[in-house]
Amino acid sequence: MTGPLLDVRELATHFTRRAGLFGTRTETVRAVNGVSFTIGRHDTLGLVGESGCGKTTLARTILRLVERTAGEVRFDGQDLFALGPAALRRMRRRMQIVFQDPYASLNPRMTIGRAVREGLEIHELARGDAADRRVVELLDEVGLGADAVTRYPHEFSGGQRQRAVVARALAVDPDFIACDEPVSALDVSVAAQVLNLLADLQARRGLSYLFVSHDLAVVRHVAPRVAVMYLGRFVEVGPAAEIYERPKHPYTQALLSAVPVPDPKTRRARIILAGDPPSPVHPPPGCPFQPRCHHPLKDATCTAVRPELRELAADHRVACHKAD
Amino acid sequence: MTGSATPATPATPPGREARVPLLELRDLRVTFPVAGGVARAVDGLDLLVEAGETVGLVGESGCGKSVTALAILRLVGPDGHIAHGSSVRLEGRDLLALPGKEMRAVRGNHVALVFQEPLSALNPVLRIGAQIAEAVRAHESVTRATARWRAIEMLTMVGLPEAERRARQYPHQLSGGMRQRVMIAMALVCRPKLLIADEPTTALDVTIQAEILELLAELQRKLGMAVLLITHNLGLVAETTQRVAVMYGGQIVEEAATEALFARAAHPYTEGLLAAVPRLDEPRERLRVIPGQVPPATSWPAGCRFHPRCPYAWERCRTEAPPLLEAAPGHRARCWLVEEPARRTRADAPPGEKP
Repeated sequence: MTGPLLDVRELATHFTRRAGLFGTRTETVRAVNGVSFTIGRHDTLGLVGESGCGKTTLARTILRLVERTAGEVRFDGQDLFALGPAALRRMRRRMQIVFQDPYASLNPRMTIGRAVREGLEIHELARGDAADRRVVELLDEVGLGADAVTRYPHEFSGGQRQRAVVARALAVDPDFIACDEPVSALDVSVAAQVLNLLADLQARRGLSYLFVSHDLAVVRHVAPRVAVMYLGRFVEVGPAAEIYERPKHPYTQALLSAVPVPDPKTRRARIILAGDPPSPVHPPPGCPFQPRCHHPLKDATCTAVRPELRELAADHRVACHKAD
Repeated sequence: MTGSATPATPATPPGREARVPLLELRDLRVTFPVAGGVARAVDGLDLLVEAGETVGLVGESGCGKSVTALAILRLVGPDGHIAHGSSVRLEGRDLLALPGKEMRAVRGNHVALVFQEPLSALNPVLRIGAQIAEAVRAHESVTRATARWRAIEMLTMVGLPEAERRARQYPHQLSGGMRQRVMIAMALVCRPKLLIADEPTTALDVTIQAEILELLAELQRKLGMAVLLITHNLGLVAETTQRVAVMYGGQIVEEAATEALFARAAHPYTEGLLAAVPRLDEPRERLRVIPGQVPPATSWPAGCRFHPRCPYAWERCRTEAPPLLEAAPGHRARCWLVEEPARRTRADAPPGEKP
């Protein structure tokens, strides 16, 4: 089939929560507020942004772990929100998610073998001896020995646990994995092992990833295409080389300048942003970044009109009135 | 390259031989009883921090870097044991021999500590101004009004907007970045000579981290204090420190001027760490990996502690534990390669590009 594997259009996820002293008032958190993108087959989109920008909610909405407020998600041409429970379950076999904390993602009372086997059985992909053999193959594929089958999560280090989580995701032979900060809880040397593993699996199985991370260096390493998210929206999206070499949005520029580089000979000027990110309950008028923006041409348009994404270079789109 | 096998003592910068260093750790050993043995969390650590300088202490989880920080302040808890023969000297004074009362006067007053998670380090039911004032009154006999004034002055200095109003707020009313500013204000209100910052920005977003780093650098210039920065983040070390010590297995495995360490890592562990970090400035096809994992502190490997994971290891490494050897002036590494540099050839083909 042609067309992208994942096609997300104008997706919005809002939460209502009680507020005020006695919880009598409600307020709306616009976690994801109108996001569109596609991910092809054997493709990775990197999604970067800081705490509270909506990147995790976006990943969860795409898998329908959270209900959307508006917009649509098509997976392999099918409208995910139009699917009934049985069809959704069949579709879920093809979409998996890996979270940041592998310990919280594994049942502490379930052996690694059972955790990996569960998916096989739920989706009736294998049973009995065939399932046993498949579990060992999967563990081997992620670099865990067959002895892991009978062991419990607490017997493993963080990196090994994350390998087990990846094996469990692979058990159902998915086409797409949303990786939500998959290496953020791991040490440098172990994170490198897991990143290489994800790259190998993608090459071998033709997987597609949505790779969510706050770490810009990690995202540059894994993703040929990158989206930068701020306050529920994409502010810049394009080829990684473009975004990292020629960032156009003032927020992307600040973000990149803030990352410490492990080379004492590079001394770069950091752009220090004023203030804290605004709340997604009360986004500022006009451009969401405008209260912290350092762009020299910032003017009344920025505080009045919200900029849409516009193409500034081939496939490189930026939501800024002043970027050129 | 002298290649001498004498266990080197902490390097003294030239021309400073006569001065007493601000902080001097010698043969620091900290153990914890654990099920099935004794964890040797810090196992013979030497470290010098001179007045006013910034030293990085880098390593991964379980290498002993945070325990080192706590041991300096004798805060290893009831289970932790600082072994006999360890020495922690602050301006020549042996902190391990001080009576409890005098030690309390050192903490916060001469040496202050900032942690990773500011919310758990602040008292949730006390207004932040009162918490900082309390820190002042713990160490100096001043009136409440003076202490409060000092608190507000310090909050202004760390760049908290509307310091007077904020001083009346509680920790939960502040953002993560502001809380870390409050922590720093509390740590520095008594003008310590040494600030130990243990992963001070790890819980913060990168743009907030940048603000806090600028702030720390500025305060360091103003107050002339030394900083011992404990972190796993090699980027932070490169950007903020003058000297760096790399820890592995409860020991320092390499120590050098920051530029020298990043230019020519002498220890294979440091080399591996630098190659394993994804780089923003120079993307690479494939990350080099340090195989295996850190062994538990209850059973460090015999010989060199890194040898099971080292791509260069040979027979000597499995049996003889290397001391810190001088690889270049002021640059020391706990590795036999310093004596036998010709062996720096990888047995395995360097994992290069994708097949």
